[in-house]
Amino acid sequence: MSRLKQYRLRLRRKQRLIRAYRKSRQLTCLQNNTTAIQKDDVLLVCTLRNERIRLPYFMKYYRDLGVKHFLFIDNDSDDGSREYLIGEKDVSLWHTAASYKKALYGVHWMNGLARKYCHNHWTLTVDVDEFFVFPFCDTRPILALTDWLDNSGVQSFSAMLIDMYPKGPIDAQPYQEGMDPMKIAQWFDSGNYMLSTNAEYQNLWIQGGPRARVFFNDDPVNAPSLNKIPLVKWHKDYVYMHSTHMLLPRRLNHVYATEGGEKASGALLHTKFLSTFVQKTEEELKRRQHYAGSREYLAYHNRLQDDPELWCNWSEKYINWRQLEILGLISKGNWA
Amino acid sequence: MSVGFVMLVHETLNRAEQVARHLAAHGCPVVIHVDKRVSQDAYISFFESLSDIENIKFSNRHTCEWGTWSLVAASQDASEMMLNSFPEVRHVYLSSGSCLPLRPVDDLIHYLADRPMTNFIESVTTEDVPWTVGGLDFERFTLRFPFSWKRQRKLFDRYVKLQRRVGFKRKIPDGLVPHMGSQWWCLTRQTLNAILTDPDRKAHDAYFKKVWIPDESYYQTLVRLYSNNIESRSLTLSKFDYQGKPHTFYDDHLQLLRRSDCFVARKIWNKADRLYDTFLSPQTNSMKRAEPNPGKIDRIFSKAVERRTEGRAGLYMQSRQPGPGKGHNKTCAPYSIFEGFSDLFEDFDDWLSQAVGERVHGHLFAPEGAEFSGDQKIFSGAMSHHATLRDYNPCGFLTNLIWNTRGERQCFMYGPRDNQEINWLIATDDNAQISVISGAWAVTLFRSNLDFSEIRREAARLQKIETQHLEVLRSRHAKARVRIWTMADFIESRLEPLQAIIDEISPRNVRRLAQAPRMRDLTGFGQFLQNLKNQGMHPHLMGDFPMVSDIESPLYDRKKPYLVK
Repeated sequence: MSRLKQYRLRLRRKQRLIRAYRKSRQLTCLQNNTTAIQKDDVLLVCTLRNERIRLPYFMKYYRDLGVKHFLFIDNDSDDGSREYLIGEKDVSLWHTAASYKKALYGVHWMNGLARKYCHNHWTLTVDVDEFFVFPFCDTRPILALTDWLDNSGVQSFSAMLIDMYPKGPIDAQPYQEGMDPMKIAQWFDSGNYMLSTNAEYQNLWIQGGPRARVFFNDDPVNAPSLNKIPLVKWHKDYVYMHSTHMLLPRRLNHVYATEGGEKASGALLHTKFLSTFVQKTEEELKRRQHYAGSREYLAYHNRLQDDPELWCNWSEKYINWRQLEILGLISKGNWA
Repeated sequence: MSVGFVMLVHETLNRAEQVARHLAAHGCPVVIHVDKRVSQDAYISFFESLSDIENIKFSNRHTCEWGTWSLVAASQDASEMMLNSFPEVRHVYLSSGSCLPLRPVDDLIHYLADRPMTNFIESVTTEDVPWTVGGLDFERFTLRFPFSWKRQRKLFDRYVKLQRRVGFKRKIPDGLVPHMGSQWWCLTRQTLNAILTDPDRKAHDAYFKKVWIPDESYYQTLVRLYSNNIESRSLTLSKFDYQGKPHTFYDDHLQLLRRSDCFVARKIWNKADRLYDTFLSPQTNSMKRAEPNPGKIDRIFSKAVERRTEGRAGLYMQSRQPGPGKGHNKTCAPYSIFEGFSDLFEDFDDWLSQAVGERVHGHLFAPEGAEFSGDQKIFSGAMSHHATLRDYNPCGFLTNLIWNTRGERQCFMYGPRDNQEINWLIATDDNAQISVISGAWAVTLFRSNLDFSEIRREAARLQKIETQHLEVLRSRHAKARVRIWTMADFIESRLEPLQAIIDEISPRNVRRLAQAPRMRDLTGFGQFLQNLKNQGMHPHLMGDFPMVSDIESPLYDRKKPYLVK
């Protein structure tokens, strides 16, 4: 890497930090329990809007995993999400009515909070419909993973997005509060992912899955990115660039082995396609606050009206992380 | 007569305390060395919590850094203290704060009592050690290492390089033959005493102070001077990963550890409550005299190392993306590509799937979309037949397909009409078996209803593409199993080449082919080629096709399928 390029990336990172600082002034703190954060705690940062129905299971899932503190940014929910979170001892909550889009889809807010509260902590950045799965997650808490990563001198951990979907129409089985969404949306695509390397940030670019197969088969370039690096030993000078797809400094994006071996990796089970999805799509289309003019939602909307079936004969039914590892979607790497 | 434990502690003091208590309660004296980097407060509370126990002592504190002499110095001090303070101790066992005894302490005491003169220390010459970090095996004894490998890596590497270039070599003291091995040992009082009270100890220490990672070589080398009774293995179960760091044991390893019959394991995750609770609880199944048997654990950890260094061949995923020329194979299993066969033969895919009993697809890379076997729109792994999606990443499409169908050989048709982006991938892939009848695409053109000028244009285009394709297959970088016939040659001896291909696909299939696939009617094909020539296009890939009218030739009789015994 030339000095000039190095410097340019550095400038870009600094610029992001400044934006993060400025944009995080849009946030009003409603509840600050961050003093309860202990030295080795794993933290979770999440931006949400109108996710009341999903919150109870989300909180339970991540508490069971061993997350010690939640930092939520509420983008002006009106369905009681805020009220639900207030009063929880392990939750700190910020509110903003500002534009999600202008905050680069929440990235600036997240960077701002992480800089202030997550320095030197393993930090998981996920959405409310994403469930983190890693090797041995059924027998070892997340702290076992982060301790091992620390020991191995690794600072970031990859977990690609796996879109989960139900069999039959998306809205056939209504989602009720507290339910395990993976019990409804329990199917996924096991082997149609396309990978390429992003030269500038050196991260992998992964596309594919049911969204590419059904909604973007004529326009694969614009199919959603599935590569994610949600778990990072945060440092106040780090920034996410685009959602959690990539970071600066660049070395954090080297979550894949290029010599032929496999590094350890996990997955984010993405349970977007539940009964709540149809309504969400309509709402998001009205707000137009999502990436690239919400073209993703536009594509869903157009297709959902005639053929909402994502399931196919070759869909795989989710069992556990071992299944994902055998299928080659995640890897234990050197962890045993 | 008993065994005493020297315990080097630098973190997780609470666990160290638990283990020390357990050992002491079973009659083993413990001398603990606490790293000086542990804060004074933590040390004092640790010290006080154990002060009620008589046979636990604390040795002089050193600041310990990985790979340096300080670790040896710490163990020397603690060992001396052990030998002087506990005269009944016959064996001294070196352990760490994250070690956990897996078997009842009495088991160990009996085991050692049965072998009163044996030193358990892994001690092998440098030529026989496969696990050195940083590629430094013998050189760790002959170079100088003033810089920290962990903190000053660049300086460390540069200084090593410089010494190599200059040809610098330290002199190894007379009588010493460098040996290395696991730093966790169990030595007899006699041997340890001899090492520590040797009149030459000053010289030895001075030498080893500048050796790299002396805790893996100090005792391992010196023990050879004083004892002939050496069991070159460690009683501590400790596995290392590819970076030379110890693997960690978790709660889910409980059964494995239990069945291993090892005495002590390292290292245990400090929050593995179940392991600590189980192995430190009052034991019931004592007195079993089994030999340690870490075989199964060994396998699990060596597999993990292999996965990290080699990975699963042919898998491309979020954490494995081998660069050009890296990784063993480009795909994960053998597959076969047939070019020109479906042009020349009728229903070739059906015939082939019967002949080999494997999965046979049509043209996977056809411009209209992937022709999966059985006309499926979606195939294994939920791969879509959609052309645009496939052509977005054709190589990924192929590697995905082969990965998704592990355990079943894939065969597919290919030709110059198809997406050519996979050319280099298949040509340089060991797993590919490529059989080409060059020029056979002309048969399909010949049978089409197109306008002749269009046919001419298309023929020129396809011929150009196939020529380039064949160049790739014939390149010196090609690794695939490639067979190329011109169409004319192939027709001459149809069955022989087919038999060769099929034998290679299923070598256990000893039966000869009963039936050749049915060839299409080629009446007038010679004339067709001549017409192309007459139009100024030169079809050269077909070979020397007989120009003469071939209507009479029984070879192209359409009514009779070719039956061969």
